[in-house]
Amino acid sequence: MTAALTSSTPLAALPRLSASGEEEVLSTEVGSPWANIGIFLVFVGVTLFFVLRASKNNNTAADYYAGGRSFSGTQNGTAIAGDYLSAASFLGIVGAIAVYGYDGFLYSIGFLVAWLVALLLVAELLRNTGKFTMADVLSFRLRQQPVRIAAAASTLAVCLFYLLAQMAGAGALVSLLLGIDSHAGQSLIIAVVGALMIVYVFIGGMKGTTWVQIIKAALLIAGSAIMTVWVLALYGFNFSDLLGDAVDRTGQEALLEPGMQYGLDFLTKMDFLSLGIALVLGTAGLPHVLIRFYTVPTAKDARKSVVWAIWLIGAFYLFTLVLGYGAAAMLNQEDILSAPGGQNSAAPLLAYELGGTLLLGVIAAVAFATILAVVAGLTITASASFAHDIYGQVIKKGKIDNKGEVRAARMTVVVVGILAILGGIGAQGQNVAFLVALAFAVAASANLPTILYSLFWKGFTTRGALWSMYGGLGSSILLIAFSPVVWGAETSFFPEVDLALYPLTNPGLVSIPLAFLLGWIGSKTSTVLEDPAKQAEMDIRSLTGVGAEKASEH
Amino acid sequence: MSSPTATHAATVDYQEVQSRPEFQELKRTHRSFVFPMAVVFLAWYLAYVLLAAFAPQIMAIPVLGNINLGIVLGLAQFLTTFLITAAYVSFSTKALDPKSSAIRHELEAAGVGLPDETPTAADTSEPTPTTPAGGASR
Repeated sequence: MTAALTSSTPLAALPRLSASGEEEVLSTEVGSPWANIGIFLVFVGVTLFFVLRASKNNNTAADYYAGGRSFSGTQNGTAIAGDYLSAASFLGIVGAIAVYGYDGFLYSIGFLVAWLVALLLVAELLRNTGKFTMADVLSFRLRQQPVRIAAAASTLAVCLFYLLAQMAGAGALVSLLLGIDSHAGQSLIIAVVGALMIVYVFIGGMKGTTWVQIIKAALLIAGSAIMTVWVLALYGFNFSDLLGDAVDRTGQEALLEPGMQYGLDFLTKMDFLSLGIALVLGTAGLPHVLIRFYTVPTAKDARKSVVWAIWLIGAFYLFTLVLGYGAAAMLNQEDILSAPGGQNSAAPLLAYELGGTLLLGVIAAVAFATILAVVAGLTITASASFAHDIYGQVIKKGKIDNKGEVRAARMTVVVVGILAILGGIGAQGQNVAFLVALAFAVAASANLPTILYSLFWKGFTTRGALWSMYGGLGSSILLIAFSPVVWGAETSFFPEVDLALYPLTNPGLVSIPLAFLLGWIGSKTSTVLEDPAKQAEMDIRSLTGVGAEKASEH
Repeated sequence: MSSPTATHAATVDYQEVQSRPEFQELKRTHRSFVFPMAVVFLAWYLAYVLLAAFAPQIMAIPVLGNINLGIVLGLAQFLTTFLITAAYVSFSTKALDPKSSAIRHELEAAGVGLPDETPTAADTSEPTPTTPAGGASR
């Protein structure tokens, strides 16, 4: 590595820490951007190979949206983990634990427990009832047009919020890992990530996307497992000693108990409660998670997928607990916070501390792969929702052949990809972390109540669905728009003006019960009765999977 | 439009099937497991979150070395999630799958297919002759 290259590295100034915890300022920089880029390029090469291989058989809508329903439960479960574990869960949670201690751990528990909602109440019934999208299920026994439009609107909203957060995060990650600080440079990288994603999804469809997610999940989980064992080995596999060292090194007794981030006052505690509820109920309403259940041949495989995903995701979050406290014990807090990316740099810095340039390169590449796989999953979901629900079913009234629908889906991919790139560049440097929380809140309030009602409540009606979905979507966005995220606080978009009528930064605490309530009132006040034959059919299909397995035969 | 009733209603009367005791039994068995279990794990999660938010001093009670009650309860959330997952798998394999597949086989024998299958199935079963993916997009 030449001096000219290293001097541009923002991490270059950081002192290298010795294992004993003493600082020894070395002349070496933290990692090498070229190693990071090189390892990432290998990932791109390998995944492109799989995408191209997958593209050979993408003729029908079932191929394009659902990977021909040809994935096994284990494969799909791994892909679900790859879809779900975003850069925010890896860098974000490790960093949050390293800096805020226990409060970071709290996130991961919500993210994991949420899967029980998907396993027990949603996955199999959904797989049995629909074809490609959430809207298929929600509009099954209600009035097609309005319900489909509402479901597609909330799907697109969730995907867009999530996508924007990921793309903006990509910019920050680049400055952290590749040492590119300039606005133009970061924009370029966002464009590259977006273009790659368009290529993957355009060519590979769901099959290609799934392979990207499987490879990424394997890398992410293997990488964090290696680091976890490494950290534990340094402490003789004594977790208590590791915790003790984390407290000693940081000088903060409170690191091991809740409250450092959310314990400030009553409002922050309520905010945490709201977030916790949105996380646990939002996951089973995330459209990019739901669409994955259609990639397997049977409901039994959908069950197997979720079980496998729960094991992988659970193991991963246990790793982040060790890594977070490991970073607190083995790194200096000031170094973490002063590094570009702030607390998000804890995991990469820990990787460098443990395994030097090579491990840092691997972890950096994994972080990129993570963003790429998640945005690809979101994009294919958005494109399926637009092409299948809006274009195919609403505009063309179902009179569309497979060719036409796949063509429409591919065009949507390009449009969504370009929007994501522009949005990502525009959102750079903005505080967009709230977008992920907003996506979960919308999923929990606009999607989950209607999913549960239509699967389990005979008396649910079209009016109930529309009230619940639009009420959940609208109230979430409105509450955010009049929250401290936008107004009056230091980190707001408008810090000087205080128009925050809603005191919390997470809308879930209000919008989720409201959406459940609206669905109930709307149904109770309906004058139009729904077709009991369709209700009976949905009941039977959802529980038995009649006909659904035939989808695997072609 | 997904109106399988148009093509299949003639063969299967879903309301009649719905009212059969074996279907009602399947539905009851399913709900008798998933509903109570969902209430239990959501209540346990909520209790944990409330405890963390409003009673951090309880979470700080030491248990073993530096490991406090908060860490133990947090890990217990992981453990219960894994246990409920395993319990559901064994329950559904033993109690649900035989019941549901009996009804499914009977209905499939009567000719029930995918909802909205008509256009898709027709297209997918005949191998598209020349232009696959790439060609369609150009």
